Amino acid sequence: MSNLLWIFVSALLINNFVLAYFLGLCPFLGVSQRLDTAFRLGLATLFVMIITSICAWFLNTFILVHAPYLRLISFIVVIASTVQFVEMLIRKLSPALFRALGIFLPLITTNCAILGLAIFSTNKGYGFIEGLVYAIGAGLGFTLALVLMAGLREESALAPVPQLIKGTAMNLIIAGILSMAFMGFAGLFSAS
Amino acid sequence: MPTKQPDYYKEFNKGLWKENPVFVHVLGMCPVLAVTNTAMNALVMGVATFFVLTVASFLVSSLRNLIPHQVRISTYVIIIATFVTVVDFSLQALLPAVHKELGAFIPLIVVNCMILGRQEAFASRNPVIISVLDAIGTALGFMLALFILGAVREILGDGALLGIKLFGPQFEPWVIMVLPPGGFLTLGLLLLLFQWFKEQKERLVEHLDKLEAKTL
Repeated sequence: MSNLLWIFVSALLINNFVLAYFLGLCPFLGVSQRLDTAFRLGLATLFVMIITSICAWFLNTFILVHAPYLRLISFIVVIASTVQFVEMLIRKLSPALFRALGIFLPLITTNCAILGLAIFSTNKGYGFIEGLVYAIGAGLGFTLALVLMAGLREESALAPVPQLIKGTAMNLIIAGILSMAFMGFAGLFSAS
Repeated sequence: MPTKQPDYYKEFNKGLWKENPVFVHVLGMCPVLAVTNTAMNALVMGVATFFVLTVASFLVSSLRNLIPHQVRISTYVIIIATFVTVVDFSLQALLPAVHKELGAFIPLIVVNCMILGRQEAFASRNPVIISVLDAIGTALGFMLALFILGAVREILGDGALLGIKLFGPQFEPWVIMVLPPGGFLTLGLLLLLFQWFKEQKERLVEHLDKLEAKTL
């Protein structure tokens, strides 16, 4: 149990996918102007991450034992088709949610956090439950980072900043400070 | 002469500076920040990306009339994934130490949006030679950016370049620079510098134009 908790907290805070592993930076920098869209994108990513971790476990256990060199290709194909499938499913089941997610849903395919999750959890040799917990932690961590960033950007949008620094440069510096703050979580578990 | 000669030099050159994938387009951020804690890692990553981008561009450009439009993205992704697998296994055999350090970031070249972007925007619409030149230019620009970032971070955070100590023993390493926050901060400041250069140049051009107008 404590092992699962550790995996969860580690993926959520200490080894946050965005701020410690630099995964999923494209949406992190691209879709963080507004708080509500950032939150929705985070949830959509969480959803795809959970499904991906289940698929990755199945692939690893039943198919890739025989052909480990196909790992990368099969992962990327599975992720792309999963996103496509999830898109169709959501469109059928809940058109309202589909409209809310909009363009972000197909874009999740090229989010390196998803492929990173599959590869990391394979490298760490996680089982089914552990992989699932890892995916939930990572997805929530991604959402957390995205929401924090969007909040900071909304606040700083009206700040009197020199024209030169506005845009990506400032966002990266904000992200750096955020990442520094997250480094503080590294001491969270070392005592126990 | 009705047919326009493609400007080979221009296509090659633009990726290096004017349309640098990292500093201008801010593409392929994940590997840029994740593996640039030392100049060596940055260089290996640059070479790996260089290989994948060039070969993928060559293949996509030669097959551009055969790939059905509807499934083109999946085709590109599979082509890229194949070559990334090749790179992954080659590195594992040739440079096991570096491969271990780069870890999962070699397979993650697959989702580098810069590579897919070049296929979609350039290689799928242009002849082979010019696509390969464009890929080489872009990849060199990417490599250059990675190396600058890696060198800055290694010098500040470790007092060394490519593992060779630059300063005396009294040098106090600025450890944060090799840790994740350092990546964000360094890239932010480099972008700022890049922006500043661009603005200075624009101002200079404006100034010269004014002077010219006066003398005329």
